[in-house]
Amino acid sequence: MSRDDYEVVIGLEVHAELSTKTKIFCSCPTKFGAKPNTQTCPICMAMPGTLPVLNEKVVEYAVKAGLATNCTISQDSKNDRKNYFYPDLPKAYQISQYDKPLCEHGYVEIETENGPKKIRILRIHIEEDAGKLNHDDFGGGSLVDLNRAGVPLIETVSEPDMRSTEEAEQYLRKLKSIFEYIEVSDCKMQEGSFRADVNVSVRKRGNSKLGTRTEMKNMNSFRSITRAIDYEVDRQIEVIENGGKVEQETLRWDDVSGKTFSMRDKEDAQDYRYFPEPDLVAIKLSDEYIENVKKSLPELPESRKARYLEEYKLSEKDANIITASKHLSDLFEEATRISGNSKAVNNWIISDISRILNEEEMEPSEIPFTAEELAKMVMLIDKGTISSSIGKKVLEELFENPKDPEEIIKEKGWIQISDEGAIKEIVLKVLEANPQSIADYKGGKDRALGFLVGQAMKETRGKANPQMLNKMFIEELKK
Amino acid sequence: MDITELTVHELMEKLHNKELTTTKITKAYVDRIKEKEPEVEAFVTSLTDEAQAKAEEIDKKIEAGEVVGELAGIPIGIKDNICTKGIKTTCSSRMLENFVSPYDATVTEKLNNENIISLGKLNMDEFAMGGSTETSYFKKTKNPWNLSKVPGGSSGGSAAAVAANMVPWALGSDTGGSIRQPASFCGVVGLKPTYGLVSRYGLVAFASSLDQIGPITKDVKDSAILLNIIAGHDEKDTTSVDMEKKDYVKALKNDVKGMKIAVPKEFFGEGINNEVKESLEKAIEKYKELGAEVEEISLDIAKYSLATYYIIACAEASSNLGRFDGIRYTYRTSEFKDLKEIYKKSRSEGFGAEVKRRIILGTYVLSSGYYDAYYKKAQQVRTLVTNEFNKAFEKYDVILTPTSPTTAFGIGEKSNNPLEMYLADICTVSVNIAGLPGISIPCGVDSNGMPIGMQLIGNKFCEETILNVAYTFEQATKFRENCKPEFKGGAK
Repeated sequence: MSRDDYEVVIGLEVHAELSTKTKIFCSCPTKFGAKPNTQTCPICMAMPGTLPVLNEKVVEYAVKAGLATNCTISQDSKNDRKNYFYPDLPKAYQISQYDKPLCEHGYVEIETENGPKKIRILRIHIEEDAGKLNHDDFGGGSLVDLNRAGVPLIETVSEPDMRSTEEAEQYLRKLKSIFEYIEVSDCKMQEGSFRADVNVSVRKRGNSKLGTRTEMKNMNSFRSITRAIDYEVDRQIEVIENGGKVEQETLRWDDVSGKTFSMRDKEDAQDYRYFPEPDLVAIKLSDEYIENVKKSLPELPESRKARYLEEYKLSEKDANIITASKHLSDLFEEATRISGNSKAVNNWIISDISRILNEEEMEPSEIPFTAEELAKMVMLIDKGTISSSIGKKVLEELFENPKDPEEIIKEKGWIQISDEGAIKEIVLKVLEANPQSIADYKGGKDRALGFLVGQAMKETRGKANPQMLNKMFIEELKK
Repeated sequence: MDITELTVHELMEKLHNKELTTTKITKAYVDRIKEKEPEVEAFVTSLTDEAQAKAEEIDKKIEAGEVVGELAGIPIGIKDNICTKGIKTTCSSRMLENFVSPYDATVTEKLNNENIISLGKLNMDEFAMGGSTETSYFKKTKNPWNLSKVPGGSSGGSAAAVAANMVPWALGSDTGGSIRQPASFCGVVGLKPTYGLVSRYGLVAFASSLDQIGPITKDVKDSAILLNIIAGHDEKDTTSVDMEKKDYVKALKNDVKGMKIAVPKEFFGEGINNEVKESLEKAIEKYKELGAEVEEISLDIAKYSLATYYIIACAEASSNLGRFDGIRYTYRTSEFKDLKEIYKKSRSEGFGAEVKRRIILGTYVLSSGYYDAYYKKAQQVRTLVTNEFNKAFEKYDVILTPTSPTTAFGIGEKSNNPLEMYLADICTVSVNIAGLPGISIPCGVDSNGMPIGMQLIGNKFCEETILNVAYTFEQATKFRENCKPEFKGGAK
């Protein structure tokens, strides 16, 4: 049997850190990267006698996430304790939600080869993040940093609806984009604010019973996730093909070796002893509350895409790329509004900006310049102040050292030569130096014109107005 | 005049008349502590030096005419599971032997705002688990009425210190009777407020859905005064109820005419000591004389309260005590080879037997496969108990029962028999299960001269009613004037 005889089944549990200013149960700030234990208080350090107070923003953000993913919002929800011992969990329980999550039974739609596909969402619940252990800095020991303890999370649990690595990646990208759009999470994967537990199983095609799954926890890059799924699928098929049985277990993905390793032995099978959190009252949401949150939702990617196709006549492919990221989409809309040139803005985003993001391995959210700066660059090209090849240089400069493009071109001396007298001077100089090209052109070789224009551009280090050069050469050659 | 014999309202009066100064009052208590503490052993941490310094400071302020509050300069004792910034809060456990809280509990803050002076932290059963204060890691507190007897528990240090006049009043906490039962054993007044009336912020949690902080005082009026200070909504405790502030002192009308008092027959049956029963029957006659209508009722479901209580309390405790893990502020074992051993050894060595017993019980009832049969069932019974009380309060103002089936028992008498110890809670736990207010006041002594307590239970947030009913009885019987602790078996 081959790999094609097997069907892959993937389910994902995504943890997204909410971008509330304060933690879920106390008023400590949630900023990333602060010195260890500087964003803590008796509550998030679990000092004896302290009590949690639920941050209302957390509920609001989770409801937003639920509504944006077509979930039913529970009007009668509660918090539960999940009990386990670990030094990064100072209370020895995590306040989470067990049997009454805030949001249930939603879906998101992804694009597949066979058209759109719904990936069902089982639930979205709120919970607190744990702290972090720093193992390396001090010989032998481990130190606990509780800055992250109590940072709010939403956990989005999908149904096992994905049938390939590509579908899993699509789903993750879609979810990330939605959370960015509704501004509930900054979804910075490298900072761990958007991470996934991946459940993978395989079964022979036609078999309706799910195979035994393995789980890989806390994956935080698309590359690791896709590689890990591919590896795990191959491994499970091999186990089955060799007559073995896949063990249900938690695995650790190792990026360096490109392999998964078993993490826990059976003896450690956890019983979390969930029970209702007695320190918090139930979460009751009125119809009116839910309706108000619904009204506050911004336009979602689906709807923006439809609008781009209609209003700006973007291609399906371009519209997909741009709307996949709220940052790109906002950049597109704002730069278009200012410059009035949607086509040019679209082209810059799809080609050069996307290329640089790829090369530099940057997230769209890390683009350093503003939509206004991009729009100004487009307008400078439209006005003929700079050529589009200078535009590329301006864009690179915007990534390096963002400021007003007009200032950039002034400083760098990149203003286009559009003065007729100056252009004529260059044209005559180039013609004098290239008698052969003149002969070629007159002999019917149109290509010679392009060569001459190129020479003139070289002479001016790209600053000459190419249309004017073209026109002037033709005029002179006709003489 | 023996200053330490006075109630707080008497002290207040003498302070205002300038008959006494804060310094004088505090000095009297410091001397009394020096005299009686070696016998009674009620304190885990005594703050006599700090208290005297604070008293001088307050006297200066009073002389300078600065506004310092009506209760400024009145001393108090605080149960050692209520957090006090900069001062050890041990819960009478080895686990927290060296724990100094970085913050004040809300009630501590309220006492500080009133310029009430802390004389120290009072002994208790370890993590408030027990009914005799014998499970304390540090010492065994003695009952001032008879030093061979327990003071009750878990707020045994608080009740004994008040009874022995080492503090004029004290704060305790009550999860299943931990204020009322020691108050009963020590012949003082103990009030457990309605769940949600007093903020739990800063009370080291035993069972979150049952715990309440409350006063232990010499008389009912003092309880009303202290409740006035500590009651009220707290943003830091979402289970505290946001409602209008009441003046509990104003509720003391010394009149029970037309009051409807229910006496549930189940609380007078098997297991209740005859002398206790007789004393309560006399109290009932007294109420009738005073014009109250007393009727016998049945609270059948209450018989399931004890089992329900031990399941819920232990379940919550098993989770609440998880944070004492040897990692941060707790006791840590000296030798370990890995993380698992830090946990196992620190917790094995840091917790006493009763605490471990309850953690194991609680872990068991929450574990998968047993949750439905125990924890979930207990929560269902809890609802039934609450409903039955609600039904009774449709018709009656107050429910009257004994506080404890017996008077104080001997030290060591029950400490090896946990089940028998648990049975001592039988009259008090249902009040916590239903979240109701309950007060224990002395109503007599047995043939050995040990005090007997009467419990008055009210409807939710009807502290005013039970305080008035208790006050009226107290005024009519003058227990304090007739009976005093004698420190039997002591040096004097």
